[in-house]
Amino acid sequence: MLKIDGITRRFGDVTALDDVSLEIGQGEFFALLGPSGCGKTTLLRIIAGFETPDGGTVTLDGEDLLGRQPNRRPISLMFQSYALFPHMTVAKNVAYGLEREKLPRREIKKRVGEVLETVGLSAHGDRKPAQLSGGQRQRVALARSIVKRPRLLLLDEPLSALDKKVRADMQLELKRLQNEVGITFVVVTHDQEEAMSLADRIAVFEHGHVRQVDEPVALYERPRTPFVADFVGANNLFEGTAGAGALLTDDFGPLPGTLLDGLEEGAKALLGVRPEKIRLDEAATASDRLKGAVLDVSFYGGISHISIDVPGHVRPVLVAVQGASGVQPGAEVNLRWEAPDAVIIPGAR
Amino acid sequence: MRRSRLLHVPFWFTYVFLYAPIIVLVVMSFNSGKSAYTYEGFSLKWYGVLAQDAKVMEGLVNTLIVAVGSTVIATVLGTLLAVGLARHTRSKTLDAVALMPAVLPDLVLAIGLLVFYGVVQFTLGLHSVTLSHAVFSMAFVAAVVRTRLSGADTSLEEASRDLGAGPVTTFVKVTLPQLAPGIIAGALLAFTLSLDEFVIAFFTIGNLEQTLPIVIYSMIRFGVTPEINALGAILLLVSFTAVIVGQRLTKIGESRAQD
Repeated sequence: MLKIDGITRRFGDVTALDDVSLEIGQGEFFALLGPSGCGKTTLLRIIAGFETPDGGTVTLDGEDLLGRQPNRRPISLMFQSYALFPHMTVAKNVAYGLEREKLPRREIKKRVGEVLETVGLSAHGDRKPAQLSGGQRQRVALARSIVKRPRLLLLDEPLSALDKKVRADMQLELKRLQNEVGITFVVVTHDQEEAMSLADRIAVFEHGHVRQVDEPVALYERPRTPFVADFVGANNLFEGTAGAGALLTDDFGPLPGTLLDGLEEGAKALLGVRPEKIRLDEAATASDRLKGAVLDVSFYGGISHISIDVPGHVRPVLVAVQGASGVQPGAEVNLRWEAPDAVIIPGAR
Repeated sequence: MRRSRLLHVPFWFTYVFLYAPIIVLVVMSFNSGKSAYTYEGFSLKWYGVLAQDAKVMEGLVNTLIVAVGSTVIATVLGTLLAVGLARHTRSKTLDAVALMPAVLPDLVLAIGLLVFYGVVQFTLGLHSVTLSHAVFSMAFVAAVVRTRLSGADTSLEEASRDLGAGPVTTFVKVTLPQLAPGIIAGALLAFTLSLDEFVIAFFTIGNLEQTLPIVIYSMIRFGVTPEINALGAILLLVSFTAVIVGQRLTKIGESRAQD
């Protein structure tokens, strides 16, 4: 449906986007994920029409978008700041886009009423944006964007301005709405948890390049590049060379893992193992080479995080266990995991 | 406490320094005697004299015509200038040059305008003074509106475009309401500036008409009378009212914009 092909955008010496190509399908909930300054917002602004790329094309159902003014694109953008018109009431804000289409008054009133009902703000139509809470303002921004029934809704860091509790609610709300209205959503975020919980597919950006496009589970379990392995979710990374079903390290001997397709044995490689996949064993034996001392145990309720200082490894190894953990800081432990639970990827950083 | 009281002294001194001459002017306007320097008792007679002085009344009307006319021109052009500077150029030089007439010595501007009118063979009169005042007032309006614009959020305008509005609709429906308090403040500033402007008016009015400051100037050549004090007091009242109304409107505009 939306096809981005070879988009490049430079700001002076800085290349914000370098030959980015993506295809987003009808009705998909797609996330552009990356740290700040990775170019994801620039891409969003190019799709919306507020930024012109130096090269490449963007088409919607085969029709060129770049030649059209922002107000002539069947696309809505929900701004990070929400950009609600402060001098208009909620209802007026929502009606703004419909009034521009010169729709009959009755129809506008009906559709504004419907959409305010959908976002649960029917009682707030006469208020000004300043009289609303952060969460309510966001709903208004959302209502204003979807009331026009755009083909594509772009959301710029939609949840970043909300506090934690409201965030969780809004997250569910966004998913529900997307299901209900069936509009294609493209969300920009730097929060990997947000991206994983919301999106059907995620494109991970780094320095203006797309590093991997995948479904959340695949992205989490089978990262293809060191950046993705490190950025998406907590991960423990070990350096070495690829061997048969293991990563060969100098300090710890062979560590079990699954090689990424196409990775040659003997190449420099990186092993990634998720905290929840590591098992701890307090009865240390001399033959075990991957062991360390417990630095800290943090209890989060449902899970506990244990960090372990492993001699020869720079960062402490993070282990997550269900519920409260029995280990005490200072205890010597062995670390173990199964080969299918760890991935071995090319290590060229 | 002692320390803070001590700090009040310079504050009150400055206040006295600012307002003592004005208070003297107002008090002397109620003088029943003929002198502008010795107070002989309370009387409103000079206000009566003033109201019957045809020259003064004509000057007042002329001044109001010029002030209103130049304010309208300066407000429209100054706002457009500010929007253009803030939204469509990144040149610092253009920015500085646009605001130049506000800081240029009046005399330079006055001579320049007079020469310019001569070159293009423009007839002199109230209309030429109106244009002249519009020139420097415009810079003040632009400066005030510009400040407000730089604090304004460009995403509002983008949101408007995104929702299907063209550039003109966006300007009228979104940008202008955001700027309204700044525009009103700028307009009132332009009005009060024009009201008592002497140098530029004196140079560019020709010899058929006179604005109020010019009338006062010619009266004062024969000595200061309480009549002039009364006139000053009235002008003071008009200016004060304009400033207070301006502040009120700005506040209303701001609180509305925040609502």
